[in-house]
Amino acid sequence: MNAPHAMTAGTAAPATARYDWGAALKDASLAALVTLGLCIPIVLLRTDQGAGVDLLLRPRIGMVASFVAAVFAARLLHHVLLARRAGRPLVEQKAEVRTTPNAVPWAKMGLYAFMGVAMSFPLIVFLIQGGLSESRYWVDLGILVLTYVMLGWGLNIVVGLAGLLDLGYVAFYAVGAYSYALLSTTFGLSFWICLPLAGILAAFWGMLLGFPVLRLRGDYLAIVTLAFGEIIRLVLINWVDFSGGGAGISSIPRVTFFGVPFSADEGGFASLFGLTFSPMHRVIFLYYLILGLAFLTAFVTLRLRKLPVGRAWEALREDEIACRSLGINTTNTKLTAFATGAMFGGFAGSFFAVRQGFISPESFTFLESAVILAIVVLGGMGSQLGVAIAAIVMVAGPELLRNLGFLKAVFGESFDPNEFRFLIFGLGMVAMMIWRPRGLISEREPTAILKERRAISGSHVKEGHG
Amino acid sequence: MEVFVQQLINGLTLGSIYGLIAIGYTMVFGIIGMVNFAHGDVFMLSAFIALIVFLVLTTWLGVTSIALALLVVLICAMALTSLWGWATERIAYRPLRGSFRLAPLISAIGVSIFLANFVQVTQGARNKPTPPMVREVIVLWEGANGYAVALSYKQIIIMATTAVLLGIFWYLVQRTSLGRAQRACEQDRKMAALLGIDVDRTISLTFVIGAALAAVAGTMYLLYYGVVSFADGFVPGVKAFTAAVLGGIGSLPGAVLGGLIIGLIETFWSAYFSIEYKDVAAFSILAIVLIFMPSGLLGRPEVEKV
Repeated sequence: MNAPHAMTAGTAAPATARYDWGAALKDASLAALVTLGLCIPIVLLRTDQGAGVDLLLRPRIGMVASFVAAVFAARLLHHVLLARRAGRPLVEQKAEVRTTPNAVPWAKMGLYAFMGVAMSFPLIVFLIQGGLSESRYWVDLGILVLTYVMLGWGLNIVVGLAGLLDLGYVAFYAVGAYSYALLSTTFGLSFWICLPLAGILAAFWGMLLGFPVLRLRGDYLAIVTLAFGEIIRLVLINWVDFSGGGAGISSIPRVTFFGVPFSADEGGFASLFGLTFSPMHRVIFLYYLILGLAFLTAFVTLRLRKLPVGRAWEALREDEIACRSLGINTTNTKLTAFATGAMFGGFAGSFFAVRQGFISPESFTFLESAVILAIVVLGGMGSQLGVAIAAIVMVAGPELLRNLGFLKAVFGESFDPNEFRFLIFGLGMVAMMIWRPRGLISEREPTAILKERRAISGSHVKEGHG
Repeated sequence: MEVFVQQLINGLTLGSIYGLIAIGYTMVFGIIGMVNFAHGDVFMLSAFIALIVFLVLTTWLGVTSIALALLVVLICAMALTSLWGWATERIAYRPLRGSFRLAPLISAIGVSIFLANFVQVTQGARNKPTPPMVREVIVLWEGANGYAVALSYKQIIIMATTAVLLGIFWYLVQRTSLGRAQRACEQDRKMAALLGIDVDRTISLTFVIGAALAAVAGTMYLLYYGVVSFADGFVPGVKAFTAAVLGGIGSLPGAVLGGLIIGLIETFWSAYFSIEYKDVAAFSILAIVLIFMPSGLLGRPEVEKV
């Protein structure tokens, strides 16, 4: 798993027809040896709490052996692939380089397909499961996935379009959630008034935090947003009078059908439309609510990309200094991106609060920011469809895997794919940066281009621009 | 007065740990201009390695001498953590050299998430307490109100180890050919390569040294607090990064100075203001320093080259 992939660069000098298998074997053994060294204490010996306070050690030689074997095999496979590639004529390789991935129409089709499936998802589930309450699990999962899709699309504006790495995005999610929770519990405002307010407040916070930091260079900006995100969370934990502290805020009012409550009694949603009462009405309404919010995000993003401000964002991502010399006000441009992204984070946050009915600072840790960022990065920064696919795979994937019985049979009873979710997030982020820095579905080409296509700084990755 | 002196001692102890981690950030930043976000997790990993080696020594091999055990733990942790530092550089950062600017940072965040959860999956999510290793304290003096100023052996060990290793490290950077190569790469990587310096090797070694010093910090952290969990890399990592930035990122004395200042601020803040907001204080310093004096106390102002 930890094979030093870069090591082949030297060994792959395949001018001759015969591949140097001795060197390949040596390289694979070396990688296996390194893996062994990496595994030695941390995987080999597991610390467990014994009967008393003392920790006991439990050796796991089999696990280390399988890690080492896996790395050895992966290295050898890598060499086999290299050897086959070396056998191919060079012309073919050249063609490979020249094809610029022009996947935009395909991506658009994909986006429509995603929209279609998402719109009819509750119906499909209803028909398959054969009943409203039976499909509850699936609709809930759909809501969760769509929340992340929306957050991903919101962060995509900041990271993917404007090229600003925001590690504190969850702060705006928290601002949205707490805005709704506090406004509704203290002033009794309804969700439909709070939703825009939450967006405005989050955007306001985005501007407030963004203003001092946006003149910083990229990685400093990332760290400062991280610091702000943590500060907001810590204040929410410690300022008990304001936010309820670590205990959070509970009994947040439920969502209403534009003022009509989802209740069983007279005047509720069910009796108004002459339906038999079912708690699923509310869940399905929530599903369509988040779907609408997510589509709003996507729609606004797609339209903004065609406006001057959107083009300025993309230009800023490609080359900040060029932007400045062309007279683009970089601070304002960054600020609008930051605030727009924050606003959608705020919408998602107030949706989160109304769905859960309970919020606490626990839900807004750095890890949450990292998950959203991972979804954006894995989806290929800038691509709407990619982000949606990444959210589905990364959020629903482990959940679905958990239901597969045979995995438990293979890996033992206590196997929980959710545990490995973050491992895959982390590895995926590294892998994306190494192999597909422009995203799986590349939309990182500026929307406005001259007739003649030129390479943008993102495409000559080896040159050291940007 | 007694409280002040006691907090001074505590602050300096904590500060030496932060300083050791901060060197890893500052060296890597100096040489390849990237924020090694995963460094805090390398530190956490090293504390786990130290914990396991310590348990092997005491429970399996029956080593009773704490001094010997600590020495062996320190050396093992340094060696094994260095290997991790080397491997992460090789896998996650080297292929990105020359990629777009944020790529190494995103990759480092990936490594950070990976390391934290790798430890969680392999070692479990619970806190891992160690038996108290060194318990003796020296009472320096007793105040009028019965408040005693104490300097524990742990604190002496931590400060002395830090000082000795910083001395060795300083010699390494200032007097050896490795240090010269490193400083040359820091100034101009292309020119250094033209003059026959193996840049890749130098960068690898920078990561190795950074990880080794983080391992010292990890061992000291374990000795000081006696407990470690997989999530312990994040906050100390950010604080050490704050220290590096405060001291002037890229500057080695700055990192140590920044570490001491952050350690002192944290302990005094906890003692005199509020313990709840101590992390808020650290994060605020980070934001304020980056916004208002990004070159820090001892750093050189950065010139943007086009």
